Amino acid sequence: MQEMKLDGNAIGGLLREIFTVEMTAARGTCASCGAVNELGRVQVYLHAPGTVVRCPDCEQVLMKIVRSGGRYWVDLTGTRCLEFGEG
Amino acid sequence: MISRGPRLITWQLGVLAEIVQETPRVSSLYFDAPDWPGHLAGQHIDVRLTADDGYQAERSYSIASAPEDRRLALTVERLDDGEVSPYLVGELRVGDKLELRGPIGGYFVWRGEEERPLLLIGGGSGVVPLMSMLRHRSHVARKAPARLLFSSRTLADVIYHEELERLSSADGGLRVFHTLTREKPAGWTGYTRRIDEAMVKEVVWPTQDMVDVFVCGPTSFVEAAASLLVAMGYDPRAVKTERFGATGG
Repeated sequence: MQEMKLDGNAIGGLLREIFTVEMTAARGTCASCGAVNELGRVQVYLHAPGTVVRCPDCEQVLMKIVRSGGRYWVDLTGTRCLEFGEG
Repeated sequence: MISRGPRLITWQLGVLAEIVQETPRVSSLYFDAPDWPGHLAGQHIDVRLTADDGYQAERSYSIASAPEDRRLALTVERLDDGEVSPYLVGELRVGDKLELRGPIGGYFVWRGEEERPLLLIGGGSGVVPLMSMLRHRSHVARKAPARLLFSSRTLADVIYHEELERLSSADGGLRVFHTLTREKPAGWTGYTRRIDEAMVKEVVWPTQDMVDVFVCGPTSFVEAAASLLVAMGYDPRAVKTERFGATGG
């Protein structure tokens, strides 16, 4: 059986495309529970039509990312704040 | 601070220079990548394959080589139902070119600049980024004490077995503990069970020591190992984890 839950390390390349800097060490604040986690630690599900990122503390959705036809859709409703270096 | 590099991450070509079969299902691929900017131990690389009809598949692999090594190495497990790994392990030949981009990642990274003890726990091909750290460690002058707990299915499945023996016999600061989950070979002196509390207590340092911890393997293995460490009193945020699963294909 394949395990579908990964972590933020698996989307380091995708995040780098979008944000242009290294993001797995970025810190995200969950809009639901307020937990602050490095993106390498968050839960990632790649089997949905897009990528779904969940908080490792409360499991609420932090981000949804879809890449298709040369465009990105990035839903950050569940992320209150992202903190990262200039790169 | 991670290496600056170009703002946009671009694909570049690597030329396969050497293939080393590690186990029946796992091979190391050594690439010459002239434009490679260098990497840190624990970082990844993305690999992109393009079919004749334009269909593309991307996968992320941990880098196996040390930053000091001349060639960039990936160690890939062939998953028979995978899209990419059966091509990398089985089809790709020396001299073939492959699209690569990286390095990627700044979380699951060990720089080797401090002398805090290094605790590595790996399951199966989860040992790959940990091997990059141990190879890097072998190059640094002031070596942190290091321990690797490595879980494999059978003796034949132990990746890097000889190199790990060589590294640990040459260096009193490195101890390697093996466990086999599906086999008890005659004369085997390592563990023969899944990772559990008693094993972790025998292997790891007491939590009052400042320890850099990296755990990599399949999701269920990583969560079991991380839970055991946290139950021993390790700070969950100090236990760096990397899970792999379906993306390995």
